[in-house]
Amino acid sequence: MNSDHLITIQHLKKHFAMGSGKFTALNGIDLTFDKGEFTGIIGPSGSGKTTLLNIIGSLDVPSEGKAIVMGKSVGDLGARESAFLRKTQLGFIFQSYNLLQVHTVYENVEFPLLLLGIESAKRKQMVNDALEWVGLTDKTNSRPAQLSGGECQRVAIARAMVKKPEIVLADEPTANLDAANSHHILQTMEKLNRDFSTTFIFATHDEKVIGYIRRKIYLEDGKVAKDEMIQKS
Amino acid sequence: MMAFKLAIRNLIGAGLRTWLNVIVLSFAFVVIIWHKGILDGWDRQARTDMISWEAGGGQYWQQNYDPLDPFTLSDSHAPVTGKLQKMVENGTLTPILITQGTIYPSGRMLSILLKGIDPAQKILAIPSALLDTTSGTIPAIIGTSMAASSKLKAGDLVTLRWRDRNGAFDATEIRIAGVFKTNVPTVDGSQIWLPLSQLQKMMLMNGEATVIVSKQKNDSFPEVAGWKVKDQDFLLADMNNIIKSKTAGGMVLWGILMMLALLAIFDTQVLAIFRRQKEIGMYIAMGMTKRQVVALFTTEGAMHAVLATLLGAVYGIPLLALQAIKGISFPVSGSDYGISMAERLYPHYGIRLIIITVLIVMIATTIVSYWPARKIAKMKPTDALRGKIQ
Repeated sequence: MNSDHLITIQHLKKHFAMGSGKFTALNGIDLTFDKGEFTGIIGPSGSGKTTLLNIIGSLDVPSEGKAIVMGKSVGDLGARESAFLRKTQLGFIFQSYNLLQVHTVYENVEFPLLLLGIESAKRKQMVNDALEWVGLTDKTNSRPAQLSGGECQRVAIARAMVKKPEIVLADEPTANLDAANSHHILQTMEKLNRDFSTTFIFATHDEKVIGYIRRKIYLEDGKVAKDEMIQKS
Repeated sequence: MMAFKLAIRNLIGAGLRTWLNVIVLSFAFVVIIWHKGILDGWDRQARTDMISWEAGGGQYWQQNYDPLDPFTLSDSHAPVTGKLQKMVENGTLTPILITQGTIYPSGRMLSILLKGIDPAQKILAIPSALLDTTSGTIPAIIGTSMAASSKLKAGDLVTLRWRDRNGAFDATEIRIAGVFKTNVPTVDGSQIWLPLSQLQKMMLMNGEATVIVSKQKNDSFPEVAGWKVKDQDFLLADMNNIIKSKTAGGMVLWGILMMLALLAIFDTQVLAIFRRQKEIGMYIAMGMTKRQVVALFTTEGAMHAVLATLLGAVYGIPLLALQAIKGISFPVSGSDYGISMAERLYPHYGIRLIIITVLIVMIATTIVSYWPARKIAKMKPTDALRGKIQ
């Protein structure tokens, strides 16, 4: 195991029970991710992108092999330890935003900081900073229902980034957005990646996203079909 | 603290759904307290009336006296002597002589109890001072129930026939000196109150009594030969049993109200588990443990009870306080049914009643909130995030 890598995936397999048999979503994945990457896991539906992202995010555990995230083997973590890893080091962005509908924009972004027990004044500063990064300082008191899809996803980005995690996992972040909004949020994430060296890992099959990422990992039938670095000018 | 803060936000954000539950629960709160307050008020009022009109602080009964057996009456009298006499003289006891007689109002014949009471007594609320008259005819007082059944009114003359201690019949005219209103039917129906000395003279039972009523409640009345001590608890036992049966009936209503209120909370919580799956998944993804999520949902449910208490206090306190001051009017007097019950009932809301009700509702609400929330602990976060759980 190379401890220099932020994430190390070794011989990872994931099976799901399906009727009397089993379905193999990931079939022997070996990958490493380093700090500051802006990486896309690309593949068609059912290729195992989300499953891989869930395991990296310690929301699921490997059936075989290892997924080591920031020095911690996800499969060996207890419920409290994996919750702690998510709370402190990981940010999530979902396709359907998963915002708290009854909370305001400010409260949604503040939520991860409440979990971390950060004191009120510092929390306020951090939330305002995060809203500034995504350009939503004028929407602090709005509720998600009052926002456009693009604005909702920007709130989700602010929520994922507010605690400045090491890794942000984004599952199809542009799937529900039009082209203009997709480019806007991708530019936002690219900027945050540059400014804070936060590692972004996307699960996507959206060409717009693929245009921004610097490393493309193609999955096919639960296996890595291609892993290429893109040199950007 | 975090669960509490988030629960408050979620409840406020949920708007109408929260308020509907809170309104139902607060209504249950107020009605439970109101209903129990009426029973407690009735209990207190009935006890007070029974004590002031009939039982006093306790009684001595002549050893043969059995109020349920009129055939014992002819033998249920004895002289009031010794220490009893001394206590009568210093005003701590008042003797009552009870015998049978017949009156003939409007040509009808009515069997009645004749009760002799000292016109100067202050122990019972019976307006015996009305018997203190110097007119030639024997004065008598009756209750409104007796007045209604005999069609007698103040100032009426009526023929009274009785049988003295030797078995000789005698008769005279008595004059109704007054009609009194009481909530205690056992000092009213089928009975006439006469001056004690007059009745003793008529019955040839000078200085004798059937019962002797004490002014003070006393846990250890001195034993007197020929007399049985009946303490206040014994004298109020029948009424307490009626109240108890009413309380048991009230528990059914209490249970139904609680069920309705808790069903609303339970329903909300069960729905929340299914409707808010993605939210639950998001909480877990953000780093909450399942235990914390269960705590959040349980706190949310329990907070309904807190809000219901506050809301219930806002409209319940003025409403119930007004009723406690003005009382509740009953169209039919309970005394018509042989129950000690005033036409206007003043509910009594004790602090104990309120605290116990609030605690029970809060505990019950927390339990029904926790119950469905446990299901969260069985959720796979990845399934929850996709809203896949059925």
